[in-house]
Amino acid sequence: MLVHSRTGKWATWAVFFLLFVPLFAVPLLVIVAASFTTNWSGAFPSGPTSEHYKAATSGDSLQALTTSLITAVSASLLALTVGSWAALAAASLRRRGRRFLDGLFMLPVAVPSVVVGLAVLVAFSKPPMLLNGTRWIVILAHTILVTAFAYQSVSAAIVRLDPMYEQAAASLGARPSYVLWRIRLPLLLPALTAAAGLCFALSMGELSATMMLYPPDWTPLPVQIFAATDRGSLFTGAAVAVVLMGTTLLVLLGVARIRTRASYR
Amino acid sequence: MTGGATQGSGIRFDRVSVAYGGNIVLDRLDLTVEPGEVMALLGPSGSGKTTALRAVAGFVRPVSGRVRLGDRDVTDLPPHKRGIGMVVQQYALFPHLRVRDNVAFGLKARKVAKAEIPERVAEALELVGMAAYATRYPRELSGGQQQRVAIARALAIRPGVLLLDEPLSALDAQLRSGMLAELARLHRELPDVSILYVTHDQVEALTLADRIAVMDKARLQDCGTPQELYRRPRTEFTASFVGNANLLPVTVTGATGAVDFAGHALAVPTGEVAGGVTATLCVRPHLVGLGDGPNALTGTLAEVQWRGSTHRLYVDIHGHRIKADLRELRETPALGDKVTVHFAAEDAVLLPAGAGFGGGVHG
Repeated sequence: MLVHSRTGKWATWAVFFLLFVPLFAVPLLVIVAASFTTNWSGAFPSGPTSEHYKAATSGDSLQALTTSLITAVSASLLALTVGSWAALAAASLRRRGRRFLDGLFMLPVAVPSVVVGLAVLVAFSKPPMLLNGTRWIVILAHTILVTAFAYQSVSAAIVRLDPMYEQAAASLGARPSYVLWRIRLPLLLPALTAAAGLCFALSMGELSATMMLYPPDWTPLPVQIFAATDRGSLFTGAAVAVVLMGTTLLVLLGVARIRTRASYR
Repeated sequence: MTGGATQGSGIRFDRVSVAYGGNIVLDRLDLTVEPGEVMALLGPSGSGKTTALRAVAGFVRPVSGRVRLGDRDVTDLPPHKRGIGMVVQQYALFPHLRVRDNVAFGLKARKVAKAEIPERVAEALELVGMAAYATRYPRELSGGQQQRVAIARALAIRPGVLLLDEPLSALDAQLRSGMLAELARLHRELPDVSILYVTHDQVEALTLADRIAVMDKARLQDCGTPQELYRRPRTEFTASFVGNANLLPVTVTGATGAVDFAGHALAVPTGEVAGGVTATLCVRPHLVGLGDGPNALTGTLAEVQWRGSTHRLYVDIHGHRIKADLRELRETPALGDKVTVHFAAEDAVLLPAGAGFGGGVHG
């Protein structure tokens, strides 16, 4: 929507701030404020301190941060591989097959993640597929949850990819596998990195399925935050939440940088 | 250039039909492109010309008929095993690769010896005058430059057959005539490469081609040298699509060399057409003169277009609009005036009614 008049512009900005600030900015600012606070009984926090960050970046919390990072990186790489593979396979199918795959990969999005967590728990609790009690069950559940997003963003990019590049490559004598590695995947790189970033962010914040599955030695950060607030350490929880938020943002910024370098034209 | 797998092979369509879901887009095409020949496939959009090219490239599969490159039947081969060079309208340069890597792509894909690649890339870029741009990305080049790189990329694999699909239609008019001269020069430098050139532009076809295959409605309508098609078209479609001829319905009156056009007797070469037969008289607009003369016809001036060096007059004669291209007039007649136009007998071609192109013209 194009707004030309000066008052119109001001009005648009005013509406934007009225909606954006209370909905998005204030809750995040409150968490940041709480993480530096010893006491918050009135309207404003008091007793500024950085003590909570000492707790949030050492011991169990530090352990939880590494756990979360390892889980999110593994899950998003796995999801990216599986999701892109499936999306590339779907692109070469006829319409009916493609619809079926689209539906199949929609499932983990449509089904509540608690249900996915429970399903994974039930399915992998007995030999020969005994993963319960190991870190692998958490990584597996996260992979299942985020693969859908990888599949969707990569297949959307494949649809937009002009087939003339593949055809030019084929006419130059390139086998289909050579075309895939040298032409299609490089051209899909922006979409792949975007998908990786999305999967990473989703996995970093996943709580509901993780709650049903995590073994004592593999506690991701969201579980740590939940536990902290549950036992009443609201400000420590806030500090851990800020660490989670900051780490995720940092990684996403890094991914975005790769993406700008990978996008052409 | 030597060493290509399909060097000097030529193309042969053998009753090739292509259909998309029951819709026939190419109907039993019989056509041979000789080694080293430039064949233009000329026709309006939807005439099947691009489909024919894609059948050679391997991107559409004929429902019947065979496609041969030299003595190889390639009908069942995937595109990457055909050894052809192809250049399309939108260039299709790989945006993530530099110019030299675009040109090297086909060589690497075909596992040409590593040591040989830089030399052949340089050679191909030299051929199209793009050697100075080797390290640029496609997005840093103009349309004409991108098209040159696309041609270099196609030629680097030393194909025996080069397919050009409307290669100039994305360029502006001035660049287009420059590239046309460039393509003609390339062909002189690579006399063994057969070129199949798909275009809807008659000027490109007339300028570049050794022979032109005129296509319409999924079928081959006519095939011949540019001079043949222009001076002696065999079908009404060719006459009007190549050179935009005037077509007049006439009846041969029996006496040799005389036809009747709406009650006017005209003297034209009738050849072997029998008397009493209806036929179409074809006269090129630039061969129509203003004023009295042989085969004079009088009508009402319906429209005048000034085209710089020429004037085009549209004259309505007995419900038929005749186009006349005249050297720029000092004084143009006013619209609605009675004007007389004429043409020389030897400038007219008589097409028997229902004249069709029998096909089967090879070489």
